[in-house]
Amino acid sequence: MLHTVNKSPFEKSALASCLKHATAGSAILLIEDGVYGALDKTSFSDQVRAVMPTCGVYALGPDLDARGMSGRVMDGVKVVGYDGFVDLVAEHPNVQAWL
Amino acid sequence: MTEEHEMEGEGGVIKKFMFVNRKAPYGTIYALESLEVVLISAAFDQDVSLMFLDDGVYEIVKGQDTKGIEVKNFSPTYRALEMYDIEKLFVSKESLEERSLTEDDLLVDVEVLDHTQVAELMAAQDVVLSF
Repeated sequence: MLHTVNKSPFEKSALASCLKHATAGSAILLIEDGVYGALDKTSFSDQVRAVMPTCGVYALGPDLDARGMSGRVMDGVKVVGYDGFVDLVAEHPNVQAWL
Repeated sequence: MTEEHEMEGEGGVIKKFMFVNRKAPYGTIYALESLEVVLISAAFDQDVSLMFLDDGVYEIVKGQDTKGIEVKNFSPTYRALEMYDIEKLFVSKESLEERSLTEDDLLVDVEVLDHTQVAELMAAQDVVLSF
């Protein structure tokens, strides 16, 4: 399954809940304000890093750029463009959007 | 709204207004709407302060480039506030630390306050507007 998260982890529990419910082999794509969850050395970074052994974690590049956050992404997060977003949707049988 | 804070200006009573910004830019319209109201308030010669708290600190981070999402980058406008005599910009120390940000990452000069100082400043306002 592909999970998308579009809310900041500092403001909403969407990413925390997503991380809790993502099964091994799932992909998690951070978009819009969700990209703040991809950043290194924040109070939330460790929770995202913890799922990396079993889930792919992706962040949308244009949303990182817009927020001035491109240089702050933690190791292990794959930055993708809109084409990569489409590929992820095509590769997974279903999608869950955590709003 | 306490009498002791009010001063008589040329155009009448000057009140202490604080705009509390707690939302990241772009994901919602709050940050931009706040900035619009701040600019309007500048026309009324009031004692205006801006507080950046929680995800609001992301509004004033350097290096924003919105070409990829086709949305207007309004972050340069914060640098223009000085020209409207809006110079009281405050940032929460704890909000910066949680996000691994420092004053050097911000595109405007700010005063960094801890939560006790933030609370005191808020309590001293006549009007607090939240975004």
